[in-house]
Amino acid sequence: MELDLEKHLAEAAASIEDAADLDALSEVDTALLGKKSAVTAAKRGLGDLEPDQRREMGGRLNEARATIEGLVASRRTELEAAARVVRLEAERMDLTEADRGRRLGHRHVVTQTWDRLEDLFVGMGYTVAEGPEIEDEWHNFGALNFPLGHPARDMYDTLYVDYGEPQSTLLRTHTSPVQIRVMEAGEPPFYSIMPGRVFRSDTADATHMPVFHQLEALVVDRDITFGDLAGTLEAFTTAYFGEGFTTRLRPSYFPFTEPSAEFDVQRPDGSWLELGGCGMVHPEVLRAGGLDPEEWSGFAFGFGLDRLALMRHGIDDLRELFRNDHRFLSQF
Amino acid sequence: MKVLLSWLQEFAPVDGDPADIGDQLSALGLAIESMSVVGEGLDGIVVARVLEVGPHPDADRIQLVQVDAGDGEALQICCGAFNMSVGDLVPLATLGTVMPDGMEIARRKMRGEWSNGMLCSPTEIAMGDDHDGILLLDGSLEVGRPLAEAMGLASDVLFDLEVNPNRPDAMSVAGVARDLAACQGVPFTLPSPNVAESGSDAAERLSVEILDPVLCGRFVARVLDGITIGSSPAWMANRLTSLGMRPINSVVDVSNYVMLELGQPSHTYDLDMVAGSAFRVRRALPGETLVTLDGVERTLTEADGVVADAADTAIGIAGVMGGASTEIHDGTSSVALEMAWWDPMSIATSARRLGLRSEASARFEKGADPEVADLAMRRFAQLLGETGASLAPGTVDVRGDTPVRESIRVRTDRVNRILGTDLSRDRIAELLDSIEFATRPADDDLDVVVPSFRPDSATEIDVIEEVARIHGYGAIERTTPRSTITGSLTQRQLDRRTVRTAMIGMGLDEVMPIPFLAPGDLARAGLKVDGITVTNPLVAEESVMRASLRPGLLATLAYNASHRMSGLGIFEVGHVYRQPDQPQPLPDEREYLAVALAGRDATDAVGVWSALADALAARDYTLVADDPAGLHPTRTARIDVAGVVVGHVGEVDPGVLAAFDVPERVAWLEVDLETLLGLPHGEKPYGSVSRYPSSDIDLAFEVDDDVPAAEVEQRLRGAAGDLLVDLSLFDVFRGAPVGEGRRSLAFTLRFQADDRTLTDSEVSQVRQACIDAVEGNLPANLRA
Repeated sequence: MELDLEKHLAEAAASIEDAADLDALSEVDTALLGKKSAVTAAKRGLGDLEPDQRREMGGRLNEARATIEGLVASRRTELEAAARVVRLEAERMDLTEADRGRRLGHRHVVTQTWDRLEDLFVGMGYTVAEGPEIEDEWHNFGALNFPLGHPARDMYDTLYVDYGEPQSTLLRTHTSPVQIRVMEAGEPPFYSIMPGRVFRSDTADATHMPVFHQLEALVVDRDITFGDLAGTLEAFTTAYFGEGFTTRLRPSYFPFTEPSAEFDVQRPDGSWLELGGCGMVHPEVLRAGGLDPEEWSGFAFGFGLDRLALMRHGIDDLRELFRNDHRFLSQF
Repeated sequence: MKVLLSWLQEFAPVDGDPADIGDQLSALGLAIESMSVVGEGLDGIVVARVLEVGPHPDADRIQLVQVDAGDGEALQICCGAFNMSVGDLVPLATLGTVMPDGMEIARRKMRGEWSNGMLCSPTEIAMGDDHDGILLLDGSLEVGRPLAEAMGLASDVLFDLEVNPNRPDAMSVAGVARDLAACQGVPFTLPSPNVAESGSDAAERLSVEILDPVLCGRFVARVLDGITIGSSPAWMANRLTSLGMRPINSVVDVSNYVMLELGQPSHTYDLDMVAGSAFRVRRALPGETLVTLDGVERTLTEADGVVADAADTAIGIAGVMGGASTEIHDGTSSVALEMAWWDPMSIATSARRLGLRSEASARFEKGADPEVADLAMRRFAQLLGETGASLAPGTVDVRGDTPVRESIRVRTDRVNRILGTDLSRDRIAELLDSIEFATRPADDDLDVVVPSFRPDSATEIDVIEEVARIHGYGAIERTTPRSTITGSLTQRQLDRRTVRTAMIGMGLDEVMPIPFLAPGDLARAGLKVDGITVTNPLVAEESVMRASLRPGLLATLAYNASHRMSGLGIFEVGHVYRQPDQPQPLPDEREYLAVALAGRDATDAVGVWSALADALAARDYTLVADDPAGLHPTRTARIDVAGVVVGHVGEVDPGVLAAFDVPERVAWLEVDLETLLGLPHGEKPYGSVSRYPSSDIDLAFEVDDDVPAAEVEQRLRGAAGDLLVDLSLFDVFRGAPVGEGRRSLAFTLRFQADDRTLTDSEVSQVRQACIDAVEGNLPANLRA
């Protein structure tokens, strides 16, 4: 039987065009090009033809087949694109629904300030030292050149604990006892900071808490001078607060440093902030730490860490730091 | 300590803009707490007499005061203070007056009543700190005169200084002037009043004996005759008021004036009332009593010193307060004037014990000048002489022990090495001489004798501080030493940061409750430990140191829940304090991590732990069912790392939650970081990643409920051997068809070799070994 190729191609094109989806196209594809298709059958009948005719007919059949394949492929591309559009449309999402405000947890503001200061001093070549919060009288006072009964002990509203002999054990009133522990534990030179929790018998108000945090620094090396102290504080101030912040030192009194000073920070607007105390490590303190004050000299400074945290975020009440209200904690 | 510029100028020609003087005082270590101009801005304020005081018809807190402002007419003022009575003289700010704070006084109605001016409190006219009531003026002032004129007020500057405890010398006007003069480079001179003496010699009229030379370093007594007690002259009253002391009477005021000026407190006795005219200084006898000036009977102990009379009866508490029996009064004609030097420690103890700290005791306990008494005596007599009193000749001066002032060698090189300066020996001497430290060259160095008014300065370093102070801290060149070590955090500090980072990463908020607990808080948290107690707590709620972080976190959850914040996930890293098992110098103090997850169950707590273990690379851990006190008895496990207990994970006991008013279930994790971080962790050795395909198998077992999943897992791992690269429990199922008391545990296992693709038979062999290991050792069977 002779196939009318012209007609067949026209019909094939129409049926390919009519295939509404990929399944239908697949059926059409089988019908037009499969084993039972007219083209396949015609190809099978080529053997009955004369060689010339066979060659000619064979060529036309191959052309027809290629044409149909091309039409099927192009229709498939169209249908696939349409199907993809449908499929993806079905997946459409409103991403504003998806934003449930997921958060990381929040590091406490005191910890944030603490870490920042640690990083800054590590960068300046310091290590970080620690000591117990419940201290003995010797480390908190005696070794720091506060003899028993010394009126300067009154400067600290000390909380004692019932442990050992009466008044032998206390909640450290400052981080300074760690200076002694640093000197006891190693060999100079020392370049250390000692952040930590300290205690005073204070009623809580906007600027006082019975528990708060300090950061102390101790440098002991050969030929450390008061000028080094002043320069180090200046360098720290610029690094922490920024350019335009400067410092000044005013004579003060602490039993464990001499000369002693208060250090104030001047803001770029000219106003002053009284930040902390400092001074040259007292020779008696070096001796208490097992060092010869003729061979080694050093300086120490300390300040309230919480206040820096308050300042950084404009918090106006120290008590907020310890109230642990979620509405507060989750702000930082 | 408050000082007036005009008073300072009586000792040294100090000068300058008040703000600059303030800066100089600060730079000397006399920090300025406040500075104010006084006696200015009083234009328009006149002396007025109160004629009538009556209630305001329509306001409780205001009264209607009729005053005479000099013209004899009644002028109505509405006033919010109630301390004046009819006849009192008060300062009246007349209409149109601009107050020092800028407010202009106008006629206005207050609740329907006219007010024709304002009566002033001391604060409002910069004449003291008292702002609770109207300033009541000396009754002798002329009504209607401008206040400044009537009181003889001149424009002055008042500095309020913060004096450090080591500077008793600066608790006097003269001491401040001495420092300021040194700073300004002007001469400082103490007055040396010459007072005419008359009458019989004091040495014949009284006797002094020091029985305790430690308690009393010096007791100087003189006699003044012709005493009349009246009010002080206005200039003296004004100065005392400015410095914060209330004028009392001519004798008390002179005593206070001399103390403020020279730092020497004094006490006056009615000489006729002192039995035997004898002053015997000794320690009090235990139980000895004395009625003090304030009329209170005091029971003394050996901690107190007393001055006793010839009959050995105490007539005053040394350095703290005089006795009532010898108090001067209107009939007093002769007084014995005592100026003593008391042992600072004794006075501190006594004043504190008796709760009687005064301006005088404050000076004694910080260390007064033992050598100023002669001058102070003459100054006292000179000032009181203005009221007709006369000084008797003779001084009875008995000494006990006073601090020995030895010469101190001050090395020039040492000064410069400590300060980082390049000061010459002679420059150092100059600086020291300016504050009356006597210097004598000793080769390149100096021998320095510290003046008697500087008890704080006793060693070379003390003197170096003075050199720095007078040279000026600001004048020392700033240098920054380059650290000679490497800055770093310790492994422990890095680990602590890792712990916090892991918690933050899991969405937990860090909290910081204070570490004080109330008695019973630990028991309420179900804990059977005793906290270390505070000896002198401020309040009972803060009398126990926490032995666990649990009460603090539960209280935090309760606080937040009561403010409608539920479902919180919080953590704390902090110290706990416990009685040690073995005696040791300090309590057992260790760092803990605690996590509380409100509204969640033990599964989430275990998740937090496993994430933490992963972060710290503490992989060798096991969870073992446990029921420690206070935690949920059937939902808690002990955490063992390398066979050591490091903490617990699970939930908080519902009973404990009820006790803390926590309305939600709370998942809980507590880890002893001291122990955990002391165990091997953090090692992350490299294991090569195989390039060959892996094979997965799933195995589901029915297992008795009392067999932990961890045990099944352990059997599987044991049997699977080296080919196992991953194992996870992916499903737990209870209910039909699984039998009662059992559950299905479904594991996925991945096998892989480093050097080859596993064959099917290898995989099926190892699969069978896994099944055998579980079925053969545990009450478990493979589900079909």
